[in-house]
Amino acid sequence: MALFQLSRRDALILALFALVVVTMPVWTAPFGANYPGLMQKFAIYAIFAIGFNILFGLTGYLSFGHAAFLGVGSYTAVWSFKLLTMDALPALLLAVVISGLFALVIGFLSLRRSGIYFSILTLAFAQMSYNLAYSVLTPITNGETSLQLTLQDPRLIDLAFTTRGAGLPTASLFGVTLSGLSGFYFCAVVLLIAFFFAQKVFASPFGMMLRGIKSNQMRMSYTGFNTRPYALTAFVISGMYAGLAGALLAVTDPLAGAERMQWTASGEVVLMTILGGVGTLIGPVMGAWLIKYFENIFSSFNEGILSRFFDFIPAPLHDTVVAIASKFVGEGWQLTLGLLFVLVVVFLPGGIMEGVRRIGALFRRGNPPKAGAMRVQPAE
Amino acid sequence: MTNSGNFSRRGVLKGGLAGILATGVSPLIFTRGAYAQEFCNAPTGDTVTIGFNMPLTGAYADEGADEQRAYELAVEHLNGGGDGGLIPFFSSKTLKGNGILGKKVVGVTGDDQTKADAARDSARRMIERDGAVMITGGSSSAVAIAVQGLCQEKGVIFMAALTHSNDTTGKDKKRYGFRHFFNAYQSGIALGPVLGDAYGKDRVAYHLTADYTWGWTQEESMKNATEALGWKTLAPVRTPVGAGDFSQYLTPVLNSGADVLILNHYGFDMVNSLTQAVQFGMKDKQANGKQFEIVVPLVSDLMAKGAGDAMKGIYGTSNWDWQLPDDASKAFTKSFGAKFGQPPSQAAHTSYVQALLYADACERAGTFYPPEVIKSLEGFEFDGMGNGPTSYRATDHQCFKEVYVVKGKEAPANPFDLLEVVATASKESVTYDPAIFGGELGPDTAVAC
Repeated sequence: MALFQLSRRDALILALFALVVVTMPVWTAPFGANYPGLMQKFAIYAIFAIGFNILFGLTGYLSFGHAAFLGVGSYTAVWSFKLLTMDALPALLLAVVISGLFALVIGFLSLRRSGIYFSILTLAFAQMSYNLAYSVLTPITNGETSLQLTLQDPRLIDLAFTTRGAGLPTASLFGVTLSGLSGFYFCAVVLLIAFFFAQKVFASPFGMMLRGIKSNQMRMSYTGFNTRPYALTAFVISGMYAGLAGALLAVTDPLAGAERMQWTASGEVVLMTILGGVGTLIGPVMGAWLIKYFENIFSSFNEGILSRFFDFIPAPLHDTVVAIASKFVGEGWQLTLGLLFVLVVVFLPGGIMEGVRRIGALFRRGNPPKAGAMRVQPAE
Repeated sequence: MTNSGNFSRRGVLKGGLAGILATGVSPLIFTRGAYAQEFCNAPTGDTVTIGFNMPLTGAYADEGADEQRAYELAVEHLNGGGDGGLIPFFSSKTLKGNGILGKKVVGVTGDDQTKADAARDSARRMIERDGAVMITGGSSSAVAIAVQGLCQEKGVIFMAALTHSNDTTGKDKKRYGFRHFFNAYQSGIALGPVLGDAYGKDRVAYHLTADYTWGWTQEESMKNATEALGWKTLAPVRTPVGAGDFSQYLTPVLNSGADVLILNHYGFDMVNSLTQAVQFGMKDKQANGKQFEIVVPLVSDLMAKGAGDAMKGIYGTSNWDWQLPDDASKAFTKSFGAKFGQPPSQAAHTSYVQALLYADACERAGTFYPPEVIKSLEGFEFDGMGNGPTSYRATDHQCFKEVYVVKGKEAPANPFDLLEVVATASKESVTYDPAIFGGELGPDTAVAC
């Protein structure tokens, strides 16, 4: 089956990646991150970032509105839970289809421009979607209050076979409830499938075409290719990835809020991708994990925890150190993230993956790769 | 072959059957003692963990910061530190300053960012990682409803802090959610007559409303209360939470034919919209031959402080005020003031009281097992928490107590003397039929996690 074949290197990477993902509950334990809520986020945002990277990493088109597709995916999934069934598969399927259609429309309009104009257009469309979800389409989205399951939901398919239970239902897969660890493993399996698909895209002639668009779109046109359909396909695929991630967010926690579509959420996935390494397969995943870890763990530190952490410092200095450090944790976690981001962009323009490659090169005693080899080249 | 004969098919079947029966029956044998294994985050060591989930960023961050102070104080008092705050005044005398059920109280905190999504994330972290047996806090009804839903699913009790929407204990009420704070409907009942006396029966109101569950229900409740007086209501205008600049929404007000502006805003939103409305000269305008007036149905000290002079002479309602004359309020203000150098806001008060009420409910139930704790909170009557006699209604988990109509002071005596209580609506007058809001509490089944 040629369809499922990978090069030996890719197959090895997939196997290693699968090992890392499946053993996540073990290796996150020392970092205090081994609880299902966060590990689910790790898997889900990795999918989001991988999808974003298919567009940004391969074609160089920087979309600043990808959160819109995430939101559409979430809303679709929650509505599928409310109207049809609590089973996760229809929700995922519907979310991917609807967000794909949504991406088709936005991509068709936005891809008429490139470079910064494309970014601004996608940002504008995303903000438009956000405002629609927030205050115009409130019967569908419930606005700021967020869309939630209720005890009175019709759930047509479920209730045709079973009677209504006493409490709120949870999402399930063929009757197995997806909460806690089972929810994480479900996300993990979807992540592995998404990763495999991304590998196929990267290795395919289509992926080569997309790289061609990134390096020189003009040249591609002169050689007789109409680049727009290729870029649009990449846009739609990456929109579907975002929709899938959004649906998984709803599967693990059946609630969809408008703030999921806000521009800060779109910016976050750009940060994840750049932090990890644009155009690499593993990079965006690492970026996503790093940012989600910071968001969840650093934001929960308070002065009490810091004070215990810095116990070894003598008393007069202790309070000063705690006072300074407390600005970087809790509500100030974004300050830490910002600093880290600046450091990475200045010293490792290729993101974490460039760092990994440099360390690898040191061990092989070869020539270190030229700094900036992976630099982002915007589509012209 | 030694004992292969003992492993007959029949023997295995018998033994297996006995085992299955034993496992099935054992919970019935150890019912009371076996709670520890049957519910989410049962405290096992000598500490009990409570999750404080409040906005440290976003439009309601001021309230969140004050809630955090209140929880710090509550933990201290529950563990026997400080002067005990409200504990000596609380009519239920089960709290001894030795934690809850002899276990020391430990707090974990999270920033809910005033966003439903982020609040659920943060609550999940506290439940799944930190092992919180109860979640409390929040300063937005959207957050309260979202977290309440999560807590129902996880079987963890949620003691809501600042949430004023009718939906929290109405259409979206949950068996695992409890609210001490009052609601928009009660604000309408309390504020209506005062507005009628002050501004007359012939008024036209213009609503600016925060666009989410709290704003919607407060707008509806205020509309009903003022229309009962004979006022007219113009089409309401919805504004996004955290808008910052409200001038585009305020510009049309003066030419709309309205002579009262009702601001259904809270936190920084209210501070901004009120200040801007006053800058537009609305307080000095005449409309329809009458003085133009502004009403803010829900106000707090923190907002009055933020709005400064703009707040003077403006009516609103409060759940509690630090200047109330009863001993309990005085003691709480003293205790809070000694620790933090400022009087507590209503957000701080309700958070503190909720923490104590949970602790007391566990003590009275004699266990942390949520269904038992829920039973001991439902229908609980108490006094000495600063609001007079109070009861937790079993049908919707809403507290009923006095509601205070406050007015921005014209001549404050000190920087904290910002609001004065001008009227008190009795507990009976603000009690309503729970059926008017619908909703279902759902089951109280404990969930293992």
